[in-house]
Amino acid sequence: MAKPQAAVQNKRTFPFKHFVGYLFSIVLTLLAVWVAFESELPAKVIMNVIYIFAFLQAALQLLMFMHITETSNGRIQTGTILFAVFIAITVAAGSVWVMSAGHS
Amino acid sequence: MKWDEFFVTGDPLIYGADVAIAVTVLAIVSVLTYFKRWGWLWREWLTTVDHKKIGIMYLISAILMLFRGGVDALIMRTQLAVPNAGFLNSQHYNEIFTTHGTIMIIFMAMPFLIGLMNVVVPLQIGARDVAYPYLNAVSFWTFFMGAMLFNISFVIGGSPSAGWTSYMPLASNELSPGPGQNYYLLGLQISGIGTLLTGINFIVTILKMRAPGMTLLRMPIFTWSTLVTSIIIVFAFPILTVALALMTFDRLFGSHFFTLSGEGLDMLWANLFWLWGHPEVYIVILPAFGIFSEIISTFSRKTLFGYKAMVYSMIIIAALSFLVWVHHFFTMGTGALVNSVFSITTMAIGIPTGVKIFNWLFTMYKGRIQFTTPMLWSLGFIVNFVIGGVTGVMLAMAAADYQYHNTYFLVAHFHYVLIAGTVFACFAGFHYWYPKMFGHKLNEKIGKWCFWLFMIGFNVCFMPMYFLGLAGMPRRIYTYDPESGWFSLNFVATIGAFLMGAAFILLVYNIYYSIRRQKPEVSGDPWDGRTLEWATDGAIPPHYNFAVIPKVTGLDAFWRLKKEKQRERIDDAILPIHMPSHSGKPFMMSVFFFISGFGLVFEWFWMGIVGAVGVLVIMILRSLECDKGYYVSVEEIKRDLSSIKQ
Repeated sequence: MAKPQAAVQNKRTFPFKHFVGYLFSIVLTLLAVWVAFESELPAKVIMNVIYIFAFLQAALQLLMFMHITETSNGRIQTGTILFAVFIAITVAAGSVWVMSAGHS
Repeated sequence: MKWDEFFVTGDPLIYGADVAIAVTVLAIVSVLTYFKRWGWLWREWLTTVDHKKIGIMYLISAILMLFRGGVDALIMRTQLAVPNAGFLNSQHYNEIFTTHGTIMIIFMAMPFLIGLMNVVVPLQIGARDVAYPYLNAVSFWTFFMGAMLFNISFVIGGSPSAGWTSYMPLASNELSPGPGQNYYLLGLQISGIGTLLTGINFIVTILKMRAPGMTLLRMPIFTWSTLVTSIIIVFAFPILTVALALMTFDRLFGSHFFTLSGEGLDMLWANLFWLWGHPEVYIVILPAFGIFSEIISTFSRKTLFGYKAMVYSMIIIAALSFLVWVHHFFTMGTGALVNSVFSITTMAIGIPTGVKIFNWLFTMYKGRIQFTTPMLWSLGFIVNFVIGGVTGVMLAMAAADYQYHNTYFLVAHFHYVLIAGTVFACFAGFHYWYPKMFGHKLNEKIGKWCFWLFMIGFNVCFMPMYFLGLAGMPRRIYTYDPESGWFSLNFVATIGAFLMGAAFILLVYNIYYSIRRQKPEVSGDPWDGRTLEWATDGAIPPHYNFAVIPKVTGLDAFWRLKKEKQRERIDDAILPIHMPSHSGKPFMMSVFFFISGFGLVFEWFWMGIVGAVGVLVIMILRSLECDKGYYVSVEEIKRDLSSIKQ
C-alpha cells in the first residue's frame, strides 16, 4: 500500500499534475473533434478512434485529478472503480444495443 | 419580445395565480419588514450551513411544492370529472400534467427525502454536521433556485407542455415553441447540480464521519438507505445532466442530437432520460424504505428483522436499478431479445423488494406495536405498496405491456408506488422526526385523521384508474366522450383526489395547531427511540449536535446505551468543538445561477453570460477565501447543557 501523500500535498507548489492533466484533456478533446470533422477516415474508424480517445481521457482524469493512487483503503477504491466501469459499460454499450437492435 | 408575450395572459386561472403570488410576496415582505426580521432571515437561514436548518428549509420547500403539485392534480381531476368538460383547454391541460409530474418528482419527493436525510443522518451517525457543510448550502440553494425558475414558468413565458418525460420530437422547437420547454431544461439542470452535490456530500459524510465504534454494519438502516441512494445519485444524475445539456443545445443552438432532421435520434432522448429516470425511481423509494424500517422497528419495540438482508437487498436494488430502463419504452419496437432481457431484469428487482416487505412483517411479528401516526403511515405503506408492486410486475411483462402502455393502468401503478411508497414515507418521517426539529410532537389525533383521510382518498382516487386503464382510457388526454363509459370511475377518482386535498389541509392545520397547543418535549427521546438521533441533549439538538460524541457498541446504538444505563455525562470529556462558519456565497451563487438560467430560457444570451460570470466570480472568491471555521468553547457547551437540565 502506497503511503498517503499528505506531506507532499501540504507543500504549496505549482500544481503541475493538474495543469498537465488539463492540457492533455483539452488536446485529446480537440483531437477527437478534428478526427470527427476534418479527417477523411471511414465512419467506423472514426468511432473507434473517438472511443480510444475517450477512454484515454477518462484514465487521464482519474490519474491526474481524481487521486486514484492516493488511498488508505484499496478495497473500497477497487470496488468503486469496478462499479463505475460496470455503470459506464451499461450506459454506453446498453444504449448502443437498445438503439440499434430491431433496426438492422 | 413584447410585455404581453412575456407574461402569460388571457386565462382567468393564471390571473388568479398572478394575484395570489403578488399578495403572498407582499405579505412576506411586509411581515419581515414589520417585525424587523430581514437580518434574522439572512443570519439564521440564508447563510446557514447547519445541516438541521438546511434540512428544514428543504422540507418547507418540499411542502410548498407539494401544494403546487397538488393543486395541479386537483385542476386535472376537476377537468376529468365529467366528459367533455370545458374547464381547461388541451394546451393548458398539457402544461398542468407536465408541471405536476416534474414538480412532484424533482421538486417535492426528492427535496422532502433529502430534507429528512439532512436533518437525520448526521445525528444518526453521531456527527456534528455533514462532511461539506458549505457544499450542503450550495446544494440547497441551487435546488431552490432551480425549483423557483421552473415554477415561475406558468406566469412568465408559459409552462412546458411536453410531459415530465419531455420526449423528442414533441419537446423540440418545432412542436413546443416558446420558452416553456427551456424552463424545464434549465430548471432541472440547475436543481440537478444540487442533487448531485448532495449525493457526494452524503457518501463522504457516511463513510468518513461516523461515531467511534459505528462500523458499516452497525449503521442505522436509514443511514444505509441514504448511502445507497447517494451512490445511485452520483451515478445516475450525470446522465440527466448530459441529456438535458444535449437537448438545450438542440433547442438553443440548433444542434441535432434528438431532432428529426439532421440525422438526430429522437428516441435516444427517451433512452437517456430513462437511464437516469429509472435509478431516479429508486432514489425516491430507497430512503422511503429506510424511513419505514426505522419507524416499524421503533414502534414494534424490536430490532429490525433481517438487518443484513435489508442492507444487501438495497445494494442489489441499486445495481439492478441501472439495468431495467427499457421497460419504460417496450413499445418503441426494439427487438424481442431486448424486451425479454429487460422484462427479466425488471421482474428480478421485485425479489429484493419482496425480501424487504417480509422483513418488515417479521419485525412486527410478536412486537409490542404502538399505533402512532408514523406507524399508521408505515402500515398503510405495506398494504398499498404491495398493490403497486404487483401491478408493476404485470407491467414488466413486455408482451402484456403493449396493452397497458400509456393507459391509466400505468398511471394507477406508478401513483401506487410513488404515493404509497414515497409520499407516505415523507409524511411518516415528517411526523416521526418532527419533535427532533421543532421540540414538540405533531398532534396525534389530527395526524390520525389526516392519515385515514389521505389513505382512503388515495385508494378512492387511484384504484378506479386501474380499471379505467383496463377499459382503454389513455393517459394524458384532456377530455373524453360520454360514450366511452369512463365517466363514473373518473368521477369517483376525482372525489378521492379532493379527499387527499382535504388531508393535506389537515396536515398543514396540524402544524399550526401543534405549534400553538402541543406541549414541548423535555427529553430528546420522545418516542423511546433506538438510534443516535434520539441521544441528543434536549429536544432540539444544539447546532453542534452532541456535546460529547457517543460511543457505539452495536446496532441500535442508543437503545443499547439506554439498556446499559451509560448516559451519565462526564463533564471532563467536553472539549472545544470545531464548527464551520456561515457563508452567504452559496445563496448569492445560486441567485446568479437563476439569472443565468432565466436568460437562457428566453435566449437572452447577454443575461445568461452575466449570470455565468457571477457564478464564476463567486467560485473564485470562495477559492481564495481562507476560512478555518471557529471553535465552540467548553463554557458555552456547559452553559447549553445546564440550560437544558433546568
